[in-house]
Amino acid sequence: MANFKETFLNPIFKGNPITVLVLGICSSLAVTVELKGALVMALSVTAVTGLSSLVCSLIRKTIPNRVRIIVQLVVVAMMVILVDQLLKAFEATYPIDKSLSVYIGLIITNCIVMGRIEAFALGNKPLPSLVDGLANGLGYGMILVVVAFMRELLGSGTIFGFQVIPDCFYAAGYANNGLVILPPFALILLGCIIWIQRSLDKDLQEK
Amino acid sequence: MELLSLFVKSIFVDNMIFAYFLGMCSYLAVSKNVKTANGLGLAVIFVLVCTLPLNYLLDTYVLKSGALSWLGEEFANVDLSFLSFIIFIAVIAAFVQLVEMIVEKFMPSLYSSLGIFLPLIAVNCAILGGSLFMQQKDFAGVGESVVYALGSGIGWYLAIVALAAIREKLAYSNVPKALKGIGITFITVGLMGMAFMIFMGISL
Repeated sequence: MANFKETFLNPIFKGNPITVLVLGICSSLAVTVELKGALVMALSVTAVTGLSSLVCSLIRKTIPNRVRIIVQLVVVAMMVILVDQLLKAFEATYPIDKSLSVYIGLIITNCIVMGRIEAFALGNKPLPSLVDGLANGLGYGMILVVVAFMRELLGSGTIFGFQVIPDCFYAAGYANNGLVILPPFALILLGCIIWIQRSLDKDLQEK
Repeated sequence: MELLSLFVKSIFVDNMIFAYFLGMCSYLAVSKNVKTANGLGLAVIFVLVCTLPLNYLLDTYVLKSGALSWLGEEFANVDLSFLSFIIFIAVIAAFVQLVEMIVEKFMPSLYSSLGIFLPLIAVNCAILGGSLFMQQKDFAGVGESVVYALGSGIGWYLAIVALAAIREKLAYSNVPKALKGIGITFITVGLMGMAFMIFMGISL
């Protein structure tokens, strides 16, 4: 079972869904203003990709080919509703930014989920599919957390809402970078991450 | 007047791509040349304008809390809003499939030029995102939802055609090896987004 490890590690680094396959950019970047939202989003996506890959793989032999997109969407939507209800249930104890709610719904159309079902779950046994789904979710989450970390640190001087840049810095004239909070910067940051990854790994470069 | 300001706002200020990153996947994948970008953009406008009002009606008369009160007193407290994700995506997927079949049957020439994009649209976040934002914005009537759909569709169309035009030119420029392809595209979109930021301060 050596290829379990491969299935798990490949999506996290070499075949990362965001930086290499360029899937799931939609909806992912808007939640990276703070680390907390990004973490919630990363966990939700991991759960949804893992579970819906598992379910689709279980029923893969009974899905007629012509209507498979709709069947997949219904399975994914069901998982997303579960996650959404779970988050709502814990809203009182762990309040989550309201802006996240739309993006939780948008996990349905997140290309990673559909992409992994189409490319992997429909042709593989349930257990590898679950691993593949979870790993892709984690690979996605990792990039999300890195981007959110940079944006929160540079944009608000905090991490998880705690101030990390000491007051004396501000007194000395340091100012939070307002540009980092704005949406375009997430894209530029992601471009830079891809740049770094591809400089380190020449195989990934486009000709 | 209010409709006009909603229209302009949804094109420029709340641009689907630059303000919310919606529909990014197909935006990046299908923006290599202007012609295909044009086809996909038009298809997105069309599907948005058709599905968003449909979802608005469903939301108002079926899903919202108390929306079923037209059925009778005992339904006044029913709240089906947790079902909205599944209903919205089902409407969108079914509509896309339907349009695909109609276009294939009656307009074969349009189908061949648009064909591959239609199934792609069912999983375009901009379409579902439009419906989910509509749910949050509490529109006053169907008219507003149509205008909002048209505006955000046109915003998406503008963004993809503009990016495709830039990428066509970018193909001839000398980009660092590691940045080639998707890396430089991200940075380009970021810069375009910054340019679109100037609309943010405008209040209509």
